[in-house]
Amino acid sequence: MYRYDEFDARLVRERAEQFRGQVARRLSGELTEDEFKPLRLMNGLYLQLHSYMLRIAIPYGTLSAPQLRKLAFIGRNYDRGYGHFTTRQNLQLHWVKLPDVPDVLLELAQVEMHCMQTSGNNVRNLTADPFAGAAAGEIEDPRILCEIVRQWSTLHPEFSFLPRKFKICVIASEHDRAALLIHDIAIHAVKNEAGEIGYRVYVGGGLGRTPYLALEAGSFVPKRDILAFLEAVMRVYNEAGRRDNIWKARVKILVHQIGIEEMRRRIAKEFAEIKTSGTLELPPEEVERIAAYFAPSDFATLPEECPEFEAAKQGNREFAAWVKTNVHPHKMPGYAIATISLKPIGQTPGDCSSDQMDGLAAIMDAFGQAEIRVTHEQNLVLPHMRTSELFALWQKLVPLDLATANHGLITDIIACPGLDYCDLANARSIPIAQEIAKRFADPERQHDLGELKIKISGCINACGHHHVGHIGILGVDRKGLENYQILLGGSGAEDASLGQILGPGFDREGIVDAVENVIGTYKTLRRDGERFLDTYRRVGAQPFKEQLYAH
Amino acid sequence: MLIRNGRLAGDEFTAVTDGEALPEGAAIVSLKRFLVERETLLARKQPLGVRLETGESPEALSPDFGRLALVVLHVPHFKDGRAFSSARLLRTRLGYRGEIRLTGHFLIDQIAFFTRVGVDAFAFQRNIPLAEIQSALTEISYFYQPSVDGRVTIRDLRLRAPDHAASPS
Repeated sequence: MYRYDEFDARLVRERAEQFRGQVARRLSGELTEDEFKPLRLMNGLYLQLHSYMLRIAIPYGTLSAPQLRKLAFIGRNYDRGYGHFTTRQNLQLHWVKLPDVPDVLLELAQVEMHCMQTSGNNVRNLTADPFAGAAAGEIEDPRILCEIVRQWSTLHPEFSFLPRKFKICVIASEHDRAALLIHDIAIHAVKNEAGEIGYRVYVGGGLGRTPYLALEAGSFVPKRDILAFLEAVMRVYNEAGRRDNIWKARVKILVHQIGIEEMRRRIAKEFAEIKTSGTLELPPEEVERIAAYFAPSDFATLPEECPEFEAAKQGNREFAAWVKTNVHPHKMPGYAIATISLKPIGQTPGDCSSDQMDGLAAIMDAFGQAEIRVTHEQNLVLPHMRTSELFALWQKLVPLDLATANHGLITDIIACPGLDYCDLANARSIPIAQEIAKRFADPERQHDLGELKIKISGCINACGHHHVGHIGILGVDRKGLENYQILLGGSGAEDASLGQILGPGFDREGIVDAVENVIGTYKTLRRDGERFLDTYRRVGAQPFKEQLYAH
Repeated sequence: MLIRNGRLAGDEFTAVTDGEALPEGAAIVSLKRFLVERETLLARKQPLGVRLETGESPEALSPDFGRLALVVLHVPHFKDGRAFSSARLLRTRLGYRGEIRLTGHFLIDQIAFFTRVGVDAFAFQRNIPLAEIQSALTEISYFYQPSVDGRVTIRDLRLRAPDHAASPS
């Protein structure tokens, strides 16, 4: 993974010191809360319902064991002994104290981490495919470009006070594990006919109260020009994005108001000019320098077959069930990608205790895993496990309560923190996720239902990605009571689509029954091998509506 | 309090409103007034500044850059970041070489960014110790992006002295 050189390290350290000064000015009253707010937001610090929340950047979701240990230490010493992994592959601490934050930033700097641009109206921490470097058929490791863009966007002088937040995602496989098209800029590495690697760039995706999938702005941007292209998009947005209404300020609104053709024309004008100046052209030496950090691991030559692994599956049904859902094929024979579910039944999706983090760091050391990844589905991934060691891994995960065999199943629910923590929320998300998980806890029932993605948001801002859930749940406030609407048919994968609201919402008691009703309709209608999403797309909303609102 | 190139500076300009008579000497007028009274204003042979409200494109001034002493970018609220792009365009696409001055509601925490996109003078609404201004301009030593200030970037430093960069472990 990427390692800081002296310049990266110095910048992060100086930024932490700068924030120490800003916190002191706030505490002394020199800065008003209004003036302090954008400064703290640019350093990942929110003010929530009960306390400050610090969002720690995990660039493109990659962590080392020492970094994980540091996060455990910070959680234990500055918070309540846990952290919350988010849909943007970051980690949130929900109970930090303002005077402690500068110290936390210095702790993070020691392990090459920071909180820069995890909130505020700037280019946010980038996200990427969590299977980067491990999945078959990848064009290049998407994290190379992520790191290049991370550096270009960090403390960008022109784009640190944008109309609104700006999210960028990079993938390099046909399979989309990063919800690509719901980002402000979505970058997909592709090859042209000459075999050169370039980027297809989409612009204007996003959820919230006006959800859109991103539209293609450039079909093949050469690698050397990608920063010039991004700068062009950002300048068009910075100048023309709306600033009078926070709900209409994202680039998706601009793109859909002026149309993608006009957007392309404006980008092309800026792009031509920036490209001509040459200042942003990527020097091959720098690309190579960064790419070297993401060079393929030293994989051993291993046989495809692994008798001890097969024997372990035969001998242990629980292990076999875990393999079925949580283990994915690796590009190298004898290796596998292991997903560690942060969705034990009845727990808060995405939460991870300091003890679990320390346990995972020890596991990484034990199995020679240099990296662990955070997924947008709020799980973790060990990308380069030897198949022969999967059983030993699983045995170590069980006592940590990290061996839940539910990746991709109905209990692998995405949920935002909701009204339990967030002052934007209208309704609680976590208890709904917990109750649905308990209702469908039976492993056989989960496996029978197959791939089923439930995503829950506690308000219209859609941090829980409800628009792209196969079943989406949106919490709203209805005359002072929590009410939950159901959306069906969304997807954040390569078959991306936005779900549609089915009908009137349900109260907290009714929503779990409603989900069960929808599942019942699916079971009645499904054909062999059809996922929930496939059935919905074949039959449409009507049969689900009829069953749900029949009485 | 006017800061130019990081130092306390005198302000020879008088800002005038649209209906107001022009004073002797250097004056700042709105873009609207400039476009209406262009000939008269330029014929005065006195230093002239034009004030752009946020969202007003500097492109209209382009033919007259050689005769303008000052372009003022007025920021209505520090969260409105359009002035960053305006300054950048003045220095790049439009090739303006005179003074770019910031007025209105901006934060000391923003002046390093503004300096990087080509602003050279800041009209603060209150007095701030010079040491604080120096600190705001220098507390981050090196930046990643090339910009119009021509500063050496982290990328330049790496290319110059690759030995200094850590190598993958």
